[in-house]
Amino acid sequence: MNPYLIQIDSICKKYPGVLANNNVSFNIRKGRIHALLGENGAGKSTLVKILYGLVSSDSGNIFLNNEKINFNSPSEAKIKGIGMVFQHFSLFESLTVSENLILGLEEKISFKKLKEKAIEISKKYDLSLDLDSPINTLSAGEKQSVEIVRALLQEPKILIMDEPTSVLTPIEAEVLFKVLKKLTEEGKTILYITHKLEEVIKNCNEVTIMRSGNVITTCNAEAETKETLAIKMLGYKVRSLITDYSSIKNNILFEVKNLSINFKDPYKKNLTNISFTLREGEIFGIAGVAGNGQTELMELLTGENTGNIEGEIIFENKNITKLRTKTRRELSIGFVTEDRLGHSAVPELSLSENILLSQFPGNKFSKMGILNFKEIKSYTENVISKFNVKTPNEKVSAKNLSGGNLQKFVIGREVISKPKVLIISQPTWGVDAGAESFIRESLIKLSKEGTSLLIISQDLDELVEITHSLSVISNGYLSKPIETKNLNIEKLGIMMGGEID
Amino acid sequence: MEKLISIIPRGSSSQSMFILAPIFAIFLTLLFGSLIFILMDYDPIVALKTFFISPISNFYGISELLVKATPLALIAVGLSFCFKNNIYNIGAEGQLTMGAIFGGGVGIYFYDSSSFLVLPMMILAGAIGGALWGMIPALLKTKFNTNEILTSLMLSYVALLILDYLVVGPWRDPDGFNFPKTRPFGETGRMPVLFEGLRIHFGLIITLILLAVSWFVYSKTMFGYQLKVSGFSPRAARFAGFNKNFLIFSAFAICGAFAGIAGIGEVSGPIGLLYRDISPNYGFTAIIVCFLGRLHPLGIMFASLVIALTYLGAEDAQLFLQIPASVGFVFQGLVLFFLLGTDLLVNFKLKLKT
Repeated sequence: MNPYLIQIDSICKKYPGVLANNNVSFNIRKGRIHALLGENGAGKSTLVKILYGLVSSDSGNIFLNNEKINFNSPSEAKIKGIGMVFQHFSLFESLTVSENLILGLEEKISFKKLKEKAIEISKKYDLSLDLDSPINTLSAGEKQSVEIVRALLQEPKILIMDEPTSVLTPIEAEVLFKVLKKLTEEGKTILYITHKLEEVIKNCNEVTIMRSGNVITTCNAEAETKETLAIKMLGYKVRSLITDYSSIKNNILFEVKNLSINFKDPYKKNLTNISFTLREGEIFGIAGVAGNGQTELMELLTGENTGNIEGEIIFENKNITKLRTKTRRELSIGFVTEDRLGHSAVPELSLSENILLSQFPGNKFSKMGILNFKEIKSYTENVISKFNVKTPNEKVSAKNLSGGNLQKFVIGREVISKPKVLIISQPTWGVDAGAESFIRESLIKLSKEGTSLLIISQDLDELVEITHSLSVISNGYLSKPIETKNLNIEKLGIMMGGEID
Repeated sequence: MEKLISIIPRGSSSQSMFILAPIFAIFLTLLFGSLIFILMDYDPIVALKTFFISPISNFYGISELLVKATPLALIAVGLSFCFKNNIYNIGAEGQLTMGAIFGGGVGIYFYDSSSFLVLPMMILAGAIGGALWGMIPALLKTKFNTNEILTSLMLSYVALLILDYLVVGPWRDPDGFNFPKTRPFGETGRMPVLFEGLRIHFGLIITLILLAVSWFVYSKTMFGYQLKVSGFSPRAARFAGFNKNFLIFSAFAICGAFAGIAGIGEVSGPIGLLYRDISPNYGFTAIIVCFLGRLHPLGIMFASLVIALTYLGAEDAQLFLQIPASVGFVFQGLVLFFLLGTDLLVNFKLKLKT
C-alpha cells in the first residue's frame, strides 16, 4: 500500500524573472504533521497555491491517493479533500462566526445543521467557538479557530496551514499545536508552512526544506536541531574564501551603540543592546532567520522610526539617532529597503520619478523646488545603462520591471550617488542569478571606493561571498562580529538557533 | 452556475479608459436620466433638451454657466491637493463659508471706503479664513490621528452656524428691516464683472490662474511630486524622508485657501453681501467635480462645466416643465455613481462568456 497521501512530482512554476518552483518533488505521509520550511521567497507559497488550485503549474504532477489531480479552483480542491487556513484571515469582520462559516461552504446547509456540526467539531478538537459573536470582537487566536473550523466543516483529508503562528501569541500557538496533534490522531494530515525552526522541531514529524525554488531535502524533523535546520534553510556552501580586506581603513565611519527599543507590541521584535561599527571601506553583514528583529533594526537605521529609542547611532562623530530620513540622506547615507515595490520604489511612477526618492547631497534634481527634468533624465539613463537595467526607456512604470531589473535600478540609484555609508536589506531577494552576481559585484566595487556597507540578509551564501565580517541577529540581540574568513559553520548555526555568544 | 460576464484584471491600468470612463459615466447618466423622466411622465427628449441644451443656448446662459462653474472648479482643484495625497477633506463647504466670513467681514467693515485695496484685502482675508479653517482637521489629524473625513465634515456645519449667528446677530444690516443679512458691500468690495450686463465676474480669471498654477505645481515642482508619492505609497514617502505632517498641513491649507477664495468670489461677485445661503452646496458638489476631472486641473475645468450645467438645467426644468429642482442633485449623484462604476474598467476588463 502507498503510505503517501500526497505525492508531488517535479513541479515547475516560472514567474517573470523568477523560477518560483524548480522541479519540486516530495511526498507527504498520511496522519502526519509535515512541515514545509523556507525563507520568504523560497517558493513555499507558490507550491501551496498550486496544490490548492489557486495557480496552475507549468509542468509536473501531483497525486492525491494515487490519483492525479489538477485543480482549476480552490472549490475543486475543497471537494477533493484539501482544506487551507491562510496566514491572513479571510473573514467578514462585521458578520458573526456562524454567518462566516456558512459563507465558506460549497454545499447548501441550514443554519441549524451548520451549528450542530460546528459545535461537534469544536468540542471534538477543543476549539473554543462562540457561534453568535461578531468576528471583530474575537482575538487573533479565536479568529484562527473559526478559520480552522470552517476548513474542517468540509471534512478535508489534508489541511494546509500557512504560517499560522505569525499572528498568535505564544500561548495561543501552544493551543494550536494541541489541536493539530489531535487532528493527526484522527487520521488527518497537516501540511504546515513556516519559517520558524523551533516549531518544526517541537511539533512536526517530517520537514521539507525549500530554498530559492528548490527542495533542499526532506527529513525526519525529530532528528534535526535548530542549527542543522538553519543551515539547510539559509544555505551554506563550503568554499574557499577570498575576501579582500585591503580596502578597509581604520577610521570608524558609522557606529551603533547599545541600541534598544521596546515596542510593547506582540507582533514586533524588541531590540536589545545592539552595537556594531562600520569602518571606511568595510562590508559588514547581519545574518539571521527572518523575524528576529531585522525589519525593526532597519527602521531605526533609516530614520523611519525615531521614537523611544535608547542608545545612539553615530555617523562621522555626529549623533544621528533622532534625525529624519531626509537629513540622514543629506549626510550621504544611502538606503535600500527589503521591499522594492511600495517602499524603495513607487510602483505606479516612472523610473525617472522614482530616482527622486533618493535625494543624495549635492544632487541637481531641483532648484528652488522646481524640478530639473533634464538632469533627472540623464541621471536615470546613467543608472539604467551602468546597472544594465532592461527597460525600453526611463518613462516605464517601476511595476512593469521584473524583480531583478527593478532591484538593479534601486541599488544603482544609491550606488551611483557614491554615498559614504550604504545600508541595504536583502540586496538580492527574489532576483535572478544574473542580477544577483551583478549586484554583489557592484557592492564590492563600491566598498573599494571607500563606502562602508551594512548588509542585512537572510542569505548566508551572499554574506559569506561579499562581507568582511558579520554578526548574527537573533531574537533582537546581535552577536559580536566575526571575520568572514574565520567563519565557523557550526558556531554560526548555533548562533542562528538563538544562542548568541 | 455559469457566469455571463467575468471581470478580468488588465494587469496594467488602461490609460485610455482613465480618460474614457468619465465620458461613459456622463453618457450613462443621460441614459438613466431619460429613464427617470419617462417614469415621471415627461417626454425625455424635451426634458433633456430643457435640462442640458436650452440653459446654454445664449450668451446670458453661458455666462451663468461660468458663474456656477467658477467656484466649482476652484474648490475642486483645491480638493485635488488633498485627494492626491490620500487625504479625504470633505469640508470644503465649511472652508468656503469661513472664507466668505473673513473676506465678507472686511467688506462690511470698509463698506464706505473708496480705496481700490478693499477687494484685494477681502480676497486675501477669504483665503486666510479658508486656510485656517482647513488647518483645524490637519492639526487634529497630525496630533491625535483623528479621521479627517469626520472632522472636516463636522466643521462645515460649525462654519455654517457661525455664519448664521453673524447674520442674525452682530453683523445684521442696521437698515435691513431685521432680515437675516448683512449690509451690502460697497462698490470697491465687489468683483468687477467681465462683460456689461452679464454676471460673470473677475473670479473666473482668478480661477483660471489658480488652475494653471496648480498644473505647474503638480507637474513641475518637488512639492507636487511629494504629494503624489505620499498619495501612492506612504511607505515610499517615509523612505524618501518626506515630511508627512508638512504635506498634510499644506494640502489642507491650499484647499482651504482655494475654497475660501471661491467663497469670497461668490459673496463679492453675484451676491454682494452675506446671508445664510451663500452656497448651493458648492463645497460638496466640488468633490464630484474633482473626481470626474480625474484630479487633473484640465479635467477639473471640463468637469466643472458639466456639473454647473446640472445646476442651471434644474432651474430651467423647474421653471418651464415644473420638474422639481432636486432632479439636478439626482443627476449629480448619478454622475458620481456611474463614475465609480466605470472606474472598474481602468484596471479590469469585462469578458462575455459565449
